[in-house]
Formats: sequence, C-alpha cells, structure tokens
Amino acid sequence: MTTMTALTTQVYSVFIRATPEQIWDAITKPEFTEQYFYGARIEVKGGRRFSNIGGTEWDEEVLEAEPPSKLVHRFVAAYDPDMAAEDASRVTWEIEPQEGGVTKLTVVHDQLESAPKTAESVAGGWMYILSGLKTLLETGKPLAG
Amino acid sequence: MDDDQVFKALADPTRRHLLDRLFERDGRTLTELESELEMTRFGVMKHLRVLEEAGLVVTRRDGREKLHYLNPVPIRLIHDRWIDKYTEHRVAALADLKHGLEDTA
Repeated sequence: MTTMTALTTQVYSVFIRATPEQIWDAITKPEFTEQYFYGARIEVKGGRRFSNIGGTEWDEEVLEAEPPSKLVHRFVAAYDPDMAAEDASRVTWEIEPQEGGVTKLTVVHDQLESAPKTAESVAGGWMYILSGLKTLLETGKPLAG
Repeated sequence: MDDDQVFKALADPTRRHLLDRLFERDGRTLTELESELEMTRFGVMKHLRVLEEAGLVVTRRDGREKLHYLNPVPIRLIHDRWIDKYTEHRVAALADLKHGLEDTA
C-alpha cells in the first residue's frame, strides 16, 4: 500500500452472517479477538480498551460505547516502538443489521494525520482482521494459515 | 453481498480505473472522480453505484460532501477464498516469474 497518499481516513466494510450482538462480543472480548486479531487479546471494559499482543500490554480510551451498534476508541500501535511514538488516532466500529440475517460492520480509522507510519501499516491489517472476523463468525473457525 | 457482485463490478475497465484512482487518493467526491474520466457525471455515478453495491466503494458524508472510499475487504475475501486455499504458492511463483521477465524486458 506504499503508493497511497491520503491515508488519514480509512474506511473498511464487510457483511457478516451474524447478529449485531455476536459481532459486538467478537470485537470486545479477548476469547474472540485472539482468534482473528493477530492473536491479540482485546477487552473493552470500564471505558478502556485493553490489549495484549504477545505479552505487550496497553490500553486506550473508549470514546463512545453503544452495544451492540457503535464503539469508538483511541488507537495506539503500541506493539511497534516507531508507531507507538506517534499521536493516538481514532477507530469507529459501526454495526448495522441488514435484511436476511446479515449485519454490516464498518471500521473507520481516522485522525491519522499525525500518525503516518501507523496509517501506512494498518491499511493491510484491517483487511486481514475483517476477513478473519467474518470467517470466524460464519464458520466458527479462524482463517487457515 | 456476494462474490458474483464483486466479480461483475471488477469486470469493467472503467470501474477498475475508478478503484485505481481511489487507491491513489482515497475519500474523493463525485466531482473529483468525474474530472479524471472522459465520461458524463451520470455515467460515473452509475459505475460508482455498481461498485458501492458490491461493497468495493463505501461512501461517508463529511459536512455537505459525499466522499467515496475504496473498500478493499471484498477483494481480500476473494483472495482468502480463492487464492489462499488452492494456489497461493503456485500463483506467487508465476507472479514472480512475470515480474522478473517484465523487469528485464
């Protein structure tokens, strides 16, 4: 993704055959996140979003939490020293039920103006994460490989 | 939202061109996209609608403007479904060969 120039707002969207509640659980509970989020154990509770990737632990402020439809939180790539030094950005998860038992999940990663390395790095990551989340919820299994 | 819609949306050079424009610079208005194509505003709108229905383009409102964003997730899903599963190693080898041959040409 090195040729992208305007990465300060990134939008990713996926349709998942699952309920909004299932998606909410999958993005706020560590037993789910570790199966699709690069092995990260992520938990949203008490106004914070706690992460643990391979022993590196940190937490971010939750700006808005409306289960099961909206979660907004600060984002710091604390797993990488260069990116961790950049300003915090913002991630918004929007969960919207559609017809036919399908739910639309949209991730907006913005306020990345002062975090160019993070912006560059997460672009491929969100695709992988959302693809893995869809597979997990629809098949009960993580993505192979 | 299914693979058929994604393949159909991608099976058109103008729509692939629109995705390439968004890949270069994301979050653009219809007017900006229209200015780079030899096509009527209505034509561009029609193509954007097909891309949006396939989930390849997502629109967001920013004040009075409607911005179009490239959503690469459906392409990733096709990759995971069709490439990873069967042929990633072979495809990678052939892609490398193609790049190698084209670079030296």
